[in-house]
Amino acid sequence: MTNELELQQTPQKKGSAFLERIKSGVKAFGLPRLIITGFLVLLFLIAPAAHVNIGTAITDVINRFGMNAIMVLAMVPMIHSGCGLNFGLPLGIIAGLLGATLSIQTNIPGGASFWLAILYATPFSVIFGWAYGKLLNKVKGSEMMIATYVGFSAVSFMCMMWLLLPFKNPTMIWGYGGSGLRTTISTQGYYYHYLNDFLALDFSKWVSPASVGDGAFIGAMKNFFSHLVIPTGMILFFAVFAFIIWAFLKTKMGTAMTAVGSNSQFAMASGINIDRTRTISVIMSTWLGAVGILVYEQSFGFIQLYNAPFYMAMPAVSAILIGGASVNKATITNVIIGTILYQGIVTMTPSVMNGLVHTDMSEVIRIIISNGMIIYALTRKTEASR
Amino acid sequence: MAEKSDYLLEMKNISKDYNGNVVLKDVSLSIKPGDVVGLVGENGAGKSTLMNILFGMNVIRDTGGYGGKILIEGNEVNFASPSDALKAGIGMVHQEFSLLPGFTATENILLNREPQNKNIISQVFGKRANTLNRKEMQRVALLAITKLGVELNSEMVVGSMPVGHKQFTEISREISKPNIKLLVLDEPTAVLAEKEAEALLRSIENLSKAGIAVIFITHRLQEILDVCNKVVVMRDGMVVKELVAKSTSISEMAKLMVGREVKAQENAEDETSKLRVVENKPILSIRNLWVDMPGEIVKNVNLDVMKGEFLGIGGLAGQGKIGIPNGIMGLYTAGGKVTFDGKDIPLNNPRECLTSGLAFVSEDRRGVGLLLDESLEWNVTFSAMQIHNKFLKKIGFIKFRDNKAIKKTTDKYIEQLQVKCTSSKQKAKELSGGNQQKICLAKAFVLEPKLLFVSEPTRGIDIGAKALVLESLKRYNRESGTTIVMISSELEELRSSCDRIAIISDGAVSGILPASTSSEEFGMLMVGNKTPKEAS
Repeated sequence: MTNELELQQTPQKKGSAFLERIKSGVKAFGLPRLIITGFLVLLFLIAPAAHVNIGTAITDVINRFGMNAIMVLAMVPMIHSGCGLNFGLPLGIIAGLLGATLSIQTNIPGGASFWLAILYATPFSVIFGWAYGKLLNKVKGSEMMIATYVGFSAVSFMCMMWLLLPFKNPTMIWGYGGSGLRTTISTQGYYYHYLNDFLALDFSKWVSPASVGDGAFIGAMKNFFSHLVIPTGMILFFAVFAFIIWAFLKTKMGTAMTAVGSNSQFAMASGINIDRTRTISVIMSTWLGAVGILVYEQSFGFIQLYNAPFYMAMPAVSAILIGGASVNKATITNVIIGTILYQGIVTMTPSVMNGLVHTDMSEVIRIIISNGMIIYALTRKTEASR
Repeated sequence: MAEKSDYLLEMKNISKDYNGNVVLKDVSLSIKPGDVVGLVGENGAGKSTLMNILFGMNVIRDTGGYGGKILIEGNEVNFASPSDALKAGIGMVHQEFSLLPGFTATENILLNREPQNKNIISQVFGKRANTLNRKEMQRVALLAITKLGVELNSEMVVGSMPVGHKQFTEISREISKPNIKLLVLDEPTAVLAEKEAEALLRSIENLSKAGIAVIFITHRLQEILDVCNKVVVMRDGMVVKELVAKSTSISEMAKLMVGREVKAQENAEDETSKLRVVENKPILSIRNLWVDMPGEIVKNVNLDVMKGEFLGIGGLAGQGKIGIPNGIMGLYTAGGKVTFDGKDIPLNNPRECLTSGLAFVSEDRRGVGLLLDESLEWNVTFSAMQIHNKFLKKIGFIKFRDNKAIKKTTDKYIEQLQVKCTSSKQKAKELSGGNQQKICLAKAFVLEPKLLFVSEPTRGIDIGAKALVLESLKRYNRESGTTIVMISSELEELRSSCDRIAIISDGAVSGILPASTSSEEFGMLMVGNKTPKEAS
């Protein structure tokens, strides 16, 4: 009797178990992410109709992912320690910019200048991060608002300093007057594409664009690969950093950091020095921000000074939120998924829309889309229950 | 249809459970018009739940309703919301004031029930544009105040009133309702000075004379004797006894409140207590301890805890018993001198306490005790990892979490304490209160402390888990020789587990007695009456 009953029930159970698995899978990935992924896939599907080359598109998305991923990663330590989203990212970026300009001032050509820039940026990020962390410890509960203004004021202060600091390398200073740094400085001759070109897979070297005699499929493939470039070095560089942070979160210190963010009362009752842990996380985030902007510059080709760091925090914050992080929980997976989705949408939408409507509105569309994504992401900002 | 009953209110066989955790069992209560009924019981005895049921509070319906019947003047009622209860003529004054501080007494008394004047605009735009009839308001408010028989300036702004007058305003508001028949006062005198309390008690008598029945909840037993004609004593969700106020005494009520004699005697002298050695040497001495913990202020505590003993700390809520461990463990600002194991413990430094072998299971499970968003594994092992560098393994030159060891230890405690969970990876917030408490205990056990503070270990957990938690504490004390200090509001629980019990009253120790002492004596200590022995 019981056996029969079980037999009858099994197929049903299997079916519902399968459905359950899909349901829980969707829940784990999150509906918003599913919709955004769907939209991104849709953009890729209609890209050919808009005369956008898929190879170019994918190259762009991967490139922008590599450029921004470390700055998104810079959110993680502070989220884990309960300092919230790092709206003060410009502070880290300024440390990176100081590293970059000092490295060019030292005037060592080639890839060595990249490592030198990181080396120079490190003491600045530690000092800035320490002070920033001390400040955030005094304003527990409203870190994010304060962090935003820390970023703003640091950028404004540096606007003066870029003019006043005694940099001498002629590639960096204004041609007229002979003093003060330019708004944009080329990294050409220094670390331009240093990581991008490391072990890069440039398929255009091996595949030529479609010619008249090719069939439809072969032609499409040729067109795809002839435009595809994979910046292996930059992706590897991110992977190393992601691994370091992932491993750090598994150490005693990292565990304590997560606990502070999860429930600071609990951490305190377990003898954790909350302020110290938070300060360390802020220093880490600041340093990652500095490294992040250097990676960005080597791919972008320019060091952007003055007001440029203003615009770097929001995209990074949005990316990690879209990736599924909450204000006090974030994983490396959130960073990767979020950066791909955010940068994918921001890169693809303008080019596809441009192709469809045949007017050059790319800049306008880019601004609308990126700010729209930021607004959406900020409304997704959730705090895990306590 | 139903014949007019003698009773104003009858509650018959009321029972209530929260997710299987029984809080009221077969409670019956009947009140005649003009009765003043004192409702007494320890914290958690079920007084507030009973009143919540009477008022049709949402919390009752959201958690599955109640069992039993409520009759008002012989008709069965089932209030869907507090406003239904108000319509039926039941008023309640809560411990916390619900008054608008910027409004006068009159305005507060008649808020949202103001007599109104019609005018041209309101003829067009409807009732919302009516103006207030100030004169009529004044009259109604004064009527209510006179009925109460107190001195209260009806034109005074509530924000600038002394606390007693605020209380009077609240009560006036309730009795100004035209059909008021029954008034529930929840600890009305707790915030009042002696004079104000007296005035309030007199006003209760006035109400009674006017035919309004009063249910009076208080911890001050003398007040019950002063004004009530009937006393209902509750314990563990049951009515223990109904007494006639004239022929009872404080000590009788105190005894009934805290529990039976027999049971404690049995447990205090069980055979396991002989298995261990309680040295007559203090492991922990507390001298002149003060703790600034809101709501549980400790003023001056002097206490010695003997090595190996199971000490209980009891007392009524808000007297400071909970502040003691929180202060010593550095969670709240504290001062004084604490010597542990021959060494001075620096206060306000949780890490030092933990490394020197103290551990603490907090009464605030969800706030301090647990990482709700993390796995049970993290919750159990985190403190030991951070304090004693356990559960770490070296890979290369860096120490990482040893997930295998973490899982093994967590599983061991899950089995030992019978924690109901899907796996050691489950998040702590998904467990029930009792199981969460077991995880908190496991966390403390993993630390292998020399002395363990356990604060309110059975608060908000069901009876089965309660027994298990107490049993495992007792076993831990017997088997590993760990000194345990348990703080609890439930005297019965302390008497069944502890060797000695210290009673805290008004931020200081009012007496320490062996657990086998009669509950009557503990009851006297709780309400602040020192025994002759202590006083001399």
